[in-house]
Amino acid sequence: MAPPKRTSLFDRAIVRAAVGDAFRKLDPRLQAKNPVMFVVLVGAVLVSVLLVRDVARGKDVLFNVQIALWLWFTLLFANFAEAMAEGRGKAQAAALRRGRTETMARLQTRKGEEMVPATTLRKGDCVVVEAGQVIPGDGTVVEGIASVDESAITGESAPVIRESGGDCSAVTGGTRVLSDRIVVEITSNPGETFLDRMIALVEGASRQKTPNEIALSILLAGLTIVFLIATVTLRPFALYARGVATTPVLIALLVCLIPTTIGGLLSAIGIAGMDRVLQHNVLAMSGRAVEAAGDVNVLLLDKTGTITLGNRQATDFFPAPGVLAASDLAEAAQLSSLADETPEGRSIVILAKEKFGLRGRHVEGMHFIPFSATTRMSGVDWNGRRIRKGAGEAVIEWVRGLGGRVDPAVTDLLNRISAEGATPLLVSDDAKILGVIALRDVVKPGMRDRFDRLRAMGIKTIMITGDNPLTAAAIAREAGVDDFLAQATPEQKLALIRKEQEGGNLVAMTGDGTNDAPALAQADVGVAMNTGTQAAREAGNMVDLDSNPTKLIEVVEIGKQLLMTRGSLTTFSIANDVAKYFAILPARFAATYPALTALNVMRLGNPRSAILSAVIFNALIIIALIPLALRGVRYRPLGAARILARNLWIYGVGGVIVPFVGIKLIDWIVLALHLA
Amino acid sequence: MTTINFVEILVYLAIIVALTPLMGGYMKRVFSGERTFLDPVLRPIERAIYRACGVNASQDQGWVDWTVTMLIVNAASLVILYAMQRLQQWLPFNPNKFGPVSPDSSWNTAVSFTTNTNWQGYSGESTMSHLTQMAGLALHNFLSAATGIAIAVAVIRGVAREKAKGIGNFWFDCTRSILWVLLPISLVAALFLVSRGVVQNFRADVVVKTVEGVEQKIAQGPVASQEAIKELGTNGGGFFNANSAHPYENPTPGTNFLEMILIFAVGAGLTNTLGRMTGSVRHGWAVFGAMALMFLAGVFVCEWAEQKGNPIHQKLGVAAAPTDGGTGGNMEGKEVRFGIGDSALFATITTDASCGAINSWHDSFTPIGGLVPMANIATGEVIVGGVGAGLYGMFLFIVLAVFIAGLMVGRTPEYLGKKIEAHEVKLAMLSVLILTLCILGFSAAAAVLPAGLSSLNNRGPHGLSEILYAYISGAGNNGSAFAGLNANTPFWNTTLGFDMFFGRFFMLIPILGIAGSLAAKKKVPESAGTFPVTGPIFSFLLVSVIVIVGALTFFPAFSLGPIVEQLLMKAGTLF
Repeated sequence: MAPPKRTSLFDRAIVRAAVGDAFRKLDPRLQAKNPVMFVVLVGAVLVSVLLVRDVARGKDVLFNVQIALWLWFTLLFANFAEAMAEGRGKAQAAALRRGRTETMARLQTRKGEEMVPATTLRKGDCVVVEAGQVIPGDGTVVEGIASVDESAITGESAPVIRESGGDCSAVTGGTRVLSDRIVVEITSNPGETFLDRMIALVEGASRQKTPNEIALSILLAGLTIVFLIATVTLRPFALYARGVATTPVLIALLVCLIPTTIGGLLSAIGIAGMDRVLQHNVLAMSGRAVEAAGDVNVLLLDKTGTITLGNRQATDFFPAPGVLAASDLAEAAQLSSLADETPEGRSIVILAKEKFGLRGRHVEGMHFIPFSATTRMSGVDWNGRRIRKGAGEAVIEWVRGLGGRVDPAVTDLLNRISAEGATPLLVSDDAKILGVIALRDVVKPGMRDRFDRLRAMGIKTIMITGDNPLTAAAIAREAGVDDFLAQATPEQKLALIRKEQEGGNLVAMTGDGTNDAPALAQADVGVAMNTGTQAAREAGNMVDLDSNPTKLIEVVEIGKQLLMTRGSLTTFSIANDVAKYFAILPARFAATYPALTALNVMRLGNPRSAILSAVIFNALIIIALIPLALRGVRYRPLGAARILARNLWIYGVGGVIVPFVGIKLIDWIVLALHLA
Repeated sequence: MTTINFVEILVYLAIIVALTPLMGGYMKRVFSGERTFLDPVLRPIERAIYRACGVNASQDQGWVDWTVTMLIVNAASLVILYAMQRLQQWLPFNPNKFGPVSPDSSWNTAVSFTTNTNWQGYSGESTMSHLTQMAGLALHNFLSAATGIAIAVAVIRGVAREKAKGIGNFWFDCTRSILWVLLPISLVAALFLVSRGVVQNFRADVVVKTVEGVEQKIAQGPVASQEAIKELGTNGGGFFNANSAHPYENPTPGTNFLEMILIFAVGAGLTNTLGRMTGSVRHGWAVFGAMALMFLAGVFVCEWAEQKGNPIHQKLGVAAAPTDGGTGGNMEGKEVRFGIGDSALFATITTDASCGAINSWHDSFTPIGGLVPMANIATGEVIVGGVGAGLYGMFLFIVLAVFIAGLMVGRTPEYLGKKIEAHEVKLAMLSVLILTLCILGFSAAAAVLPAGLSSLNNRGPHGLSEILYAYISGAGNNGSAFAGLNANTPFWNTTLGFDMFFGRFFMLIPILGIAGSLAAKKKVPESAGTFPVTGPIFSFLLVSVIVIVGALTFFPAFSLGPIVEQLLMKAGTLF
């Protein structure tokens, strides 16, 4: 897997742009989308207006000026957080856009070829692309084969092969043909291309609130109204007590109490989550998909390429009864495989070398018999020896045909190896059976560990394979997956997804072929491989630009991390309020009831410094938490109970304690600077 | 705190713990329509009732249908009670020849009893005829309690069911609550009370000459039958104005203990019913654990504060300092036959459970001692809570707790397999908002309007405590009062009437909405990644959410009322 591209969290250019954006986002129309911050905006405006009035009346305004300033800072800090989160995506989108504008396309018309700007191409147009040229739009190769450099999108410099027909026919606009000539049928209209969508996505332009984000916004808005009621009614209660509640102080109290911390960081967390997925070279078509990934509790993983290395490899030689030296078998196996360029063949030669030190030899005078579907054997004729290797029945028949005798133990051996999930290849030398080579799927290192981690998180893994149930069971056991679907057809895959969903599960899967499209569409999270067909890419809700199916696991982890970050900061934000009450309330009514100073447990200097410190803390905590919001809380693959206990301690109990310390520190500074 | 009080609290809690699975298991059987030992007697009665009312009790109702049925039944009973009070002079069983109750007081009382609040602005023995007391008030003691249980059961079904359209049938739930749960237990309890000296007759007042030679009227009436359901149904509306402090309602420490058990019996049992019906008995215990934790915290603080007493009184030699085995501390407003221990325990229980029966004057508690009952009610009556109401109120907090903390485990929050999404959060916040708005809005109005202020016996922070207590008690459907307030005025009767009405019906419509929407959802199977709603962590979380949400909402107001009062008392000022 390609390591995630790392840009420093606080890249200078991004920070500079974000500062500007923070001011631009003060636009009330934008703020209105976030009820919590909108209340802060209204408060800031109100305090500022009152300030102007007080200045006009010649009152002492040092305190109110500071309150007003910090309310505006609160807004700016929240805007800055969002702008920072968008910044990285925007930088990426700008780079993508540059490459696209100047492209010209060679449109095929009845009269021949015509040069048109790429932006005018429509669905169904056919264009010719030759070595060195940029593919003008998304499409399917209808003629030819070419190597294509897709680094503009994937960041991966190794070229990929694209050819007409089959599952590798999709090409993406903006990528470059390195060799040969292809004809591409355009499959998307201007403005709808993959690149267009990618730009829109990374910029966050088409960002919509995800379901959990909406629910959380409702909760935050509700809490804001509750606190609004609590603050507004404080005025009559103060009146009853013959005290005064000045508007700026009430607004300061309100802003401190409403969940500005999470309210200000909420959208930044969401954008950063999408961005983190992108850093892993996965393009999520919506935030909803990323969030759904966190909810997934069933993963469908293709065996080949995801769980196993992809090709079967020779792992053992089993001499037949009566064959004394295993090296005889190995030698024959090696001879028969010297010309076999398949990965299986090569692995036999390697195994022979590793186990018995048999080196490659000159192939002069050897007559190789290639594998064919009818004989189901391959082999070599050399020095009068006729060495064959192949499927058990085929070789047995061949040996019998030569008048050889087959020991029943050989059949037992074949069955035993099959039962273990391996593929047996029988090797014979003329009429004598030498033994069996076992070919096995080799599970990628570390997979068992990952599946254990997934299980700890409550995620079930199901392996999908075309193998027979015996083989599948053996590999499933070895890899440590929870379940498997053997001899899987696309229909069965779809049925399996439906069954799991019916049981209340959310299912994630990867796929690349056209026949995967229905399953990809049905799955809650469908990650299509970028090398896959256009149909597959359309059906999924994420595209893995590296085409690495194992990455599904990372996507799930990012989704979980996204939700955790939101929950943790919400908890932290609400827990913070306890300390703010203890700072503001005694200060607020100290004049009416001096006895209330007993509640001033932080021993803050004076009422004004107490209120100011709480407001400053409330603003600064947003800035302090931006890195956490952008990076996400630390993710660990643990069970829900342990994660809950851990996060409750850190963000719940910590959230109660931190502001007591923070407000006290700020109070010292405020007093030292004689600000209040 | 004295040793004997400490032991009493533990014994009390132990009995409730033992009773919870018994009641819970029994109610699960009753509301699942399974066989119980009372079936041979009650089934025919049940069928007769359905036939008489012409209802089909076996039809599954959707949440809207269920709620509308419940509202109609409650509205009808509200109108009947109102009419009964206004017309009692022409109705039978009025030996004392009481005239009609005033319109605002009738409205207040009608709402009060319909909403299971049983706030009493009037003085029962000098206002209400026996018919009004028995047929009017006592009927509502059953009906309002049964409505509460029915709602709780409907909510439980919402959580337990999967891909279901309905949440049960109101007629079924309500009728069974009365026949199987409330009637048999109150019958046995009433007999016990009579055996201990509680009166049960239809006589007019008895006029006696006291030792001092003055004439005294001693009120009589069907007390025992009302007393049992008053506690069991967490109604709290006493036959006498003095409520459970009156020797005819609560003569001995023994009856006192039984009444305390009755108050918690159904509410605590329902946590277990929740566990059993949703297939997670441990979740039931986790909810019970959260309640028990808050109960213990409250009762210890209250007893400690009362036993410690009032330092100013003690300095003046008015009250004795507490000693182990002897009384002492703040005895003002308490009955000597109960003492500080039983009074503080009763006060905590009755406010935890939204019962509102009282055996001492909460108004005369020390400020912190009085803050406990007020804080208990301000939680929204979820510490065991009113019958049914406690559980569905707790359900609201469970939804919020699960949502806030649920995200922290990296999944869409789910409660027993049901996803908590925007719709549920919206309804839950709506309920919270209604409560907050009722309590703080009405209190703020009363704190500045002359009509509100004129009823106060005390100014200063204590007056504010009285105002807050009244509206918190009303919206929480508790019904107990800080007695310093003269609430039988048109302003208070009317506003408190609306406070109680909104606090009950407007709050529970969103809750039933949540139940309906959860019932329709499919269940996510449980796995290691599932948010745990069992065990101490969940109990702790639930308590934190209740305390923080409650504290954050009411702390500003409290700081100007009871909190400053306590601080001032320390500094030597009384109100």
